Amino acid sequence: MSASATAEPTRRDMLYISTAAVGAIGVAAVAWPFVDQMNPDASALALASIEVDVSAVEVGQSIKVKWRGKPVFIRNRTEKELEEANAVPLDELPDANARNANLPGDAQATDENRAATGKEPWLVMIGVCTHLGCIPLMNAGDYDGYFCPCHGSHYDTAGRIRKGPAPENLHIPPYEFLSDTNIKIG
Amino acid sequence: MSEYSKFQSQNRFVKWMEARLPIVSLAYNETFGFYSPKNLSYFWTFGAILTFMLVAQIVTGIVLVMHYTPHVDMAFNSVEHIMRDVNYGWLLRYLHANGASMFFIAVYIHIFRGLYYGSYKAPREVLWILGVIIYLLMMATGFMGYVLPWGQMSFWGATVITNLFSAFPLVGESIVQWLWGGFSVGNPALQRFFSLHYLLPFMIAAVVILHIWALHVVGNGNPTGVEPKSRQDMAPFAPHVLMKDAFALMLFCIFFGWFVFYIPNYLGHPDNYIQADPLVTPPHIVPEWYYLPFYAILRAIPDKLGGVIAMFGAILVLFILPWLDTSKVRSGAYRSLWFKTAFWLFAVDCVILGWLGSQPAEPVYVTAAQFGTAYYFGYFFIILPLLGFFEKPKPLPASISDAVLAKNGGSAHPADATSAPETRG
Repeated sequence: MSASATAEPTRRDMLYISTAAVGAIGVAAVAWPFVDQMNPDASALALASIEVDVSAVEVGQSIKVKWRGKPVFIRNRTEKELEEANAVPLDELPDANARNANLPGDAQATDENRAATGKEPWLVMIGVCTHLGCIPLMNAGDYDGYFCPCHGSHYDTAGRIRKGPAPENLHIPPYEFLSDTNIKIG
Repeated sequence: MSEYSKFQSQNRFVKWMEARLPIVSLAYNETFGFYSPKNLSYFWTFGAILTFMLVAQIVTGIVLVMHYTPHVDMAFNSVEHIMRDVNYGWLLRYLHANGASMFFIAVYIHIFRGLYYGSYKAPREVLWILGVIIYLLMMATGFMGYVLPWGQMSFWGATVITNLFSAFPLVGESIVQWLWGGFSVGNPALQRFFSLHYLLPFMIAAVVILHIWALHVVGNGNPTGVEPKSRQDMAPFAPHVLMKDAFALMLFCIFFGWFVFYIPNYLGHPDNYIQADPLVTPPHIVPEWYYLPFYAILRAIPDKLGGVIAMFGAILVLFILPWLDTSKVRSGAYRSLWFKTAFWLFAVDCVILGWLGSQPAEPVYVTAAQFGTAYYFGYFFIILPLLGFFEKPKPLPASISDAVLAKNGGSAHPADATSAPETRG
């Protein structure tokens, strides 16, 4: 019982601290499965890719498809929409990043970088407002593009945020044209 | 002290039990032996009303679960099944859905009572903070419960609220996917919300016990803000206060019943009778009415992270309120006209913010909400801290009995007050 009389760390202090440390690691190890069970499970991850036939989408038309539970907008844009999108100087954009999963992370938000590679009329975007996740309305808002009715975010004809609370341009999912009429998303 | 009732029993079984688990004396001493100020107004009956509402919500909720199915394909139809097929299902569901609104009406009156009469001031800071925790748990419970019918407002409300967490830098997206258990609100989210909606009321009940425990340590406040000085200032909780609570509860239940039987869908949104569709956002999303002021604050800030911080900040500021209000005078009734004006402006501001939250996100409403938000935070961070230094409060009464007698003309002495003439000036 000399442990309390000395200021030096004793063998017993060492045992207390290491026991507590092992206990803490054990608690954390047991807690992790209870936390991780809430992450997307194998069946949610398995729904990761779809193919879409866009042969029926004429110039000026859009379709909405469901990917990972979210809508994806596929639009065959008109000349006027392309002109409007190209006329915007990049330094006027609140978000200058292309937000295009098919390009390097630092790509500029030019219309070319927002559109499908080599097929500028085609715009493929996740139709989820980057503010709080509502679905923007098509052909609406102050910039002839998209307007989110929930909190008033305006996007232009390239799906870039122009006005309102949303912080980022509409995201572009990983996708590729398998042929001229077939798109694989995811 | 002999005037205060304390538990005594000669019953042999009770004495045997008391030596092992003193539960009978606890029940007696915290009711017949617990003394409240005798001048409590009807604003002090909402604690009992809230306790009743919590029990009512748990009881109706437990029986609704016997008929409800938490699955995206069946949830909406199972709620319709409750409404059309289950015996008295319509009544149970309307009681539960309107009960949530009644719960919030009562809690808002309870909170504003506390704000006006300074119920958060020493020594009741912990009592107040426990109340704020209950309020936060109520909001989480109400939100998750509204998701369960799986209508359009359920789905899009859940989407918007869970997306609030995506505002946090770096980890935001991971947190939201963790909450959803997927890449959007879907079946995993519905099932975990159901699980937590069942759990949280019992956590509320646990914090309510702490809240009442803290109340029984520091005692009730009262409209004068003067602490009771003698037995003459007080009345036992049972039966006196309890009877008043019971009468108020009866009136409240008439109000509750009026909603349940005559306008059961008045506080709901018709879009929630449309099954959830992940591909169509309703043109105008609104949360339940009790979140509207905070929703208006969220939309007032033109920055995503800033809006989320302001919205949560509007609730969290209540935690530090006891240290923001610098006035030594507890009750608003004895504070200056400045305080009363600022307080009622604050109350009106909250109602206006609520109305603005229900309007579409158009510039005129957003600008108005910015003024409302500025006053909301200004009240807590500028007016309350400064007013305590500048205002000249009214003189406080010497005791609660003094205040009561002065109000009633000073002549109508209650019979029991004559036994302690030394307590009156």
